[in-house]
Amino acid sequence: MPIPNRIERTIELAHPPMQVWDALTSAEGLGGWFGDRATVDLRPGGLAHVEWDLDDNSHKATLTIAVVEPPNRFAWSWSIQGLPDADPRRTYVEFTLVPNGAGTRLTVVESGFAQVPDGLLETAYQGNVEGWRKELAHLVSYLDAAA
Amino acid sequence: MPRPDPEAVAEAVFAALAEPTRRSILGALATHGPSTATDLAALLPISRQAITKHLELLADAGLVLAEPGERRRIRYRVNAAPMTIAQTYLAALARDWDSKLARLQRALDERATQSSSDTARQMADAPATERDVEP
Repeated sequence: MPIPNRIERTIELAHPPMQVWDALTSAEGLGGWFGDRATVDLRPGGLAHVEWDLDDNSHKATLTIAVVEPPNRFAWSWSIQGLPDADPRRTYVEFTLVPNGAGTRLTVVESGFAQVPDGLLETAYQGNVEGWRKELAHLVSYLDAAA
Repeated sequence: MPRPDPEAVAEAVFAALAEPTRRSILGALATHGPSTATDLAALLPISRQAITKHLELLADAGLVLAEPGERRRIRYRVNAAPMTIAQTYLAALARDWDSKLARLQRALDERATQSSSDTARQMADAPATERDVEP
């Protein structure tokens, strides 16, 4: 059960890079295949807001656009599902478009899933597990001695 | 202190959560806050002895932290750190790029079909001299 750090997919599309680029970067495109609605401020540092209509509520995501190189490279980061939006741990999604005959070879790489800050693990996890085991042993012997 | 392997952490979390009794104990701790085995026995239809055993297992997985409570009783509270690691693992699975990319492919195909039928209509409507046929 390895924790994936990156997801990588390549697909061949029968459409030229510029058309694929539009689908990836326009509000109409992102709101069509990726989500159900989207707004896009297409520039490095710009934000894209994507919404999904679920059965009884809607889900929103904010993409922070990092790279805009039409029609070859588009990249953004977004929060990890399950972690708060403001959490500094984010994954980075990069689309690479390479002309392939009349079509496009599109590669998507999402990376950063395995980022677990050292502090979180060592102080919050092992520090506590080991620490409390020792502390409790001390407490028990202290109480036993006092009893 | 050796750095714990995230994969081992996630595995311990999933193993600990696979047992319904342990899930209900964690649920009770999340809902009611730090509790002793006795507190939990009052909340759940499980004996205090069984709760103590499960709490030890949950503590080994790092999912609960033991701390000194009143009257020499150990109080347990939920520790979110290993769950965050397991959550990251689940998040990677939940991204579901396969169905998103399949939708992209369909969207592009549909648009291409639409625009080629538009072009065909325009060509049929336009007088022969105005046809602008692109390769």
